[in-house]
Amino acid sequence: MNIGVVVFPGSNCDHDCEYIFKDVLGQSVKLIWHKDTLPAGLDAVVLPGGFSYGDYLRTGAIARFSPVMGAVKTFAREGGLVIGICNGFQILLEAGLLPGVMLRNTSLNFICKDVYVKVENAATRFTNRCESGQVLKIPIAHADGNYYTDPVTLGGIKANAQVIFRYCTAEGKVTPEANPNGSLDNIAGIMNADGNVLGMMPHPERSAETVLGNEDGRLIFLSILSAFGKSEQQSRLVSV
Amino acid sequence: MKAKIHVTLKQGILDPQGKAIEHALDSLGFKNAANVRVGKYMEVDLTETDRTKAEAQVKQMCEKLLANTVIEEYRYDLQ
Amino acid sequence: MKSLVITQAILEQHKLSEDEYKKILEILGREPNWTELGMFSAMWSEHCSYKSSRIHLKKLPTTGPRVVQGPGENAGAVDIGDGLCAVFKMESHNHPSFIEPYQGAATGVGGILRDIFTMGARPIALLNSLRFGDLDNANTRHLLKGVVSGIAGYGNCMGVPTVGGEIVFNDIYALNPLVNVFCVGIARKDKIFLGKAAGVGNPVIYFGSKTGRDGIHGATMASDSFDEEAAQKRPTVQVGDPFTEKLLLEACLELMAGDCLVGIQDMGAAGLTSSACEMASREGTGVELELADVPRREPGMTPYEIMLSESQERMLMVAKAGREDEVINICRKWDLDVAVIGRVTDTGKVVLKENGQIVAEIPAKALADDGPRYDRPSSPPAYQEMLQSLNYDALPDVKDANAALLELLGSPTIASKRWVYEQYDHMVRTNTMVRPGSDAAVLRVKGTNKALALSVDCNGRYCLLNPYEGAKIAIAECARNLACSGAEPIGVTDCLNFGNPQRPEVMWQFVLAIEGLKDACEALSVPIVSGNVSLYNETNDLSIYPTPMIGMVGLIEEADHTATQWFKQAGDVIILLGRTKEDLGGTEYLKIVHHREQGSPPLLNLEEERAVQACTIRLIREGLVQSAHDCSDGGLAVALAECCVSGPDGQIGAVVQLPLDGLRRDALLFGESQSRILLSVEQDQADSVLNAARNAGVPASRIGVVGGSRLMIRVDGDQRVAGCTIDLEVPNVHERWASAIPRALGQD
Repeated sequence: MNIGVVVFPGSNCDHDCEYIFKDVLGQSVKLIWHKDTLPAGLDAVVLPGGFSYGDYLRTGAIARFSPVMGAVKTFAREGGLVIGICNGFQILLEAGLLPGVMLRNTSLNFICKDVYVKVENAATRFTNRCESGQVLKIPIAHADGNYYTDPVTLGGIKANAQVIFRYCTAEGKVTPEANPNGSLDNIAGIMNADGNVLGMMPHPERSAETVLGNEDGRLIFLSILSAFGKSEQQSRLVSV
Repeated sequence: MKAKIHVTLKQGILDPQGKAIEHALDSLGFKNAANVRVGKYMEVDLTETDRTKAEAQVKQMCEKLLANTVIEEYRYDLQ
Repeated sequence: MKSLVITQAILEQHKLSEDEYKKILEILGREPNWTELGMFSAMWSEHCSYKSSRIHLKKLPTTGPRVVQGPGENAGAVDIGDGLCAVFKMESHNHPSFIEPYQGAATGVGGILRDIFTMGARPIALLNSLRFGDLDNANTRHLLKGVVSGIAGYGNCMGVPTVGGEIVFNDIYALNPLVNVFCVGIARKDKIFLGKAAGVGNPVIYFGSKTGRDGIHGATMASDSFDEEAAQKRPTVQVGDPFTEKLLLEACLELMAGDCLVGIQDMGAAGLTSSACEMASREGTGVELELADVPRREPGMTPYEIMLSESQERMLMVAKAGREDEVINICRKWDLDVAVIGRVTDTGKVVLKENGQIVAEIPAKALADDGPRYDRPSSPPAYQEMLQSLNYDALPDVKDANAALLELLGSPTIASKRWVYEQYDHMVRTNTMVRPGSDAAVLRVKGTNKALALSVDCNGRYCLLNPYEGAKIAIAECARNLACSGAEPIGVTDCLNFGNPQRPEVMWQFVLAIEGLKDACEALSVPIVSGNVSLYNETNDLSIYPTPMIGMVGLIEEADHTATQWFKQAGDVIILLGRTKEDLGGTEYLKIVHHREQGSPPLLNLEEERAVQACTIRLIREGLVQSAHDCSDGGLAVALAECCVSGPDGQIGAVVQLPLDGLRRDALLFGESQSRILLSVEQDQADSVLNAARNAGVPASRIGVVGGSRLMIRVDGDQRVAGCTIDLEVPNVHERWASAIPRALGQD
């Protein structure tokens, strides 16, 4: 696979995402500076975590205007796979590639810890290696992960199975106590209607290796690879 | 009585947020924008009806909590 | 140059003594102007010149086979093999954090990060050591919250994980908190960059943020004692911009990947003054700068202000002549201000011009190296004997050990620090194998099979009661924390926080502490490669406890040979390495239960220490150890409780039996004898572990078994209590330990 990891000023999980795809999973990865455009031939684009533009003004608010975002939008519109993790998710929301907004965590603090998320939809290109309802332990690290959207939009994404991950207990119960940040309906990750853009607050790249004591997050990356096993055979066109 | 309070960084104190926003405005083509300073705006309802007393209260609120007077300054309107 | 009448008042304002001023006249052969006086004042401050400490610091061991860079540069570096170095340093930001806790702590983090990446290293971990007053004091809670969010705000944004640290609460720090930050980076051994202005004619380039009027005279403030009027010094507070620093980091590493750079140094304390004169002085060259070319945030800044500004996120570099464009392009790519502001000269002088007119001219070496040195008088304080004497017979032995244990676990110094470290991103960069909450943090080193273990430590109370033993123990315990994770110590950085050096009793503490550090480092064969001295930590004439904070780096050759402190599974055998003596003096138990901070601290035998650590490391390497935990604050009972409740995946009980051996019960349970490590091992390995320890000359005894939902400690030969001395439900133990800090902060 050819993967592009976008580097915004202030991105800080760019190297971690590169490491997973390249060093752990043996794929070809390019780091793409935000002032450049996307190179041809990419299969998937990662918007990594971090503090693009220092999280100043609002998380993701300035990064959405980065020159590369035009190309990312085109890439997504033409069916390219886009995954935004943490700050990447926040940027996807600000850019309108996913619905909703992120509010400050209810604790008002930055929170870094392992959480459990339930896979609500395993029939996606990001979760096909998971079981439906499977509980994954993946860390979060954010101050603004309190997802919010209006009731109509929420109804829509739920009805359309676009809610991919919800915060839950270790046993898989979706409860208010299991919600680390006040997120609406315990939402931890959502997908667009076309199923090619995913945003998630937890960091799967931080829980994808035995040496770090947890491999649950690896399932997300393996799912993406699996998805491409298929689409390559279907000679998928890549936008230029 | 309602107090409308603005808290901003003192002149001369670096405003990293303002700097980043200014830069973004520039990249978006707003070439005439300069000296962006980011602040906070708060509204507080007061039961106090005496203007002088209310003012003293608001001032205390600002000094004690609403503004970090080490680096911030404040101003307010009472209505 | 405008001349100036130097009055006594002006000298006092600049914290220069009359003798020091005479020396300035001698050096210049004339009166200094205002700018020059300011530059001398900053560079000859305690903070920059180490004038009271330098002659003593020379005694510290700083060499060793792994040392690549010792003290004197931005940071120290030790070889970790595979062509790589660990680059590290610890620094204080005590005074600024007291004035404005968020920005003070944040800019402290920013400063130490710059020290690391100017060396060519990518920072991989931050740790911090904090000291505050008691949490029932509202101002302490304000300071704690501010400092923690400041550290989080800066470190998280930078994408450097904050992987560990320690916090002690004691009233003595209420008006003088300590904020010490320790940073570790990884660099290629052949790509270490130094702060040298080499090559006459090479351009001197400024890059980073613009210069404002921030923190003018921060360096002299850092060398100032506090009084009630500290508030008046507030305009010197600097604001950190971690976003710009992140850009600065990436720009530096990109510049360093090429070959256009000759030398580089960050502008920390004393700003452009220190970077310019130190870079020139190290190389024996001079620099000539045009101040009109310095990027500025505010109009109308004077040369004095430009030279003494401590605006953050700025760097000074010397590049190869003719390669200016390359440098400028990289800086512009990262949206940083950049300007060629001068050249390297062969005059040995720092010459400053403003629009071509000379505004200051001082020999670089005079500023950087020829500052005053003092051998200040030292003598033990009058109260020392009273402090050390303690009549144990007058102290009743513990009656309700359950209550005492719970009280200790609920004291903020011992309680879980989860509330703090959950606010720090401790996983970014995906290297963190052992997260905060164990004796040491462990990070894998990508591209190798190795891992680094990191720890910080110091018991200020021990150092007060016996500065020599206290300092020795700081080194030993830090190394012991590393040993518990399977790591061999390879380098030390220190941050020596003391009171006013003009008080003979403070110098006495300082000199003895240096001796202790020296002896412990030599015995454990670990060099001190970088550090920082923070003096004048006193408020209203009350000095802090002498607090020589230690940061240590350990190496684990095979990353999978590591251990954590918590018990793993029922049935495992608990083994205690080391000897328990009647060590009650200076303990947390005495403070919490008897409200005394008195007595002789535990005495440490360095040979025993060395043997216990070597034995633990070997057992971990051989895969025989399930958990390893250092016995420290609160003694054996607290260590056992921590083994039960500190695991990330739940709690487990233990049944323990201890021989009284003629000790007091409180000394057995809560005494803080050194050189002790608690292991848990699989049942069928217990005998071989015990044998291996005994063969290595390390006292070892089987004291219990892991399992169940209670922590039970029975003391043999205890006539007073039938059955168990300690018997508690583990969830209760956990609750007390886990909720203490959130409860104290009112977050329940």
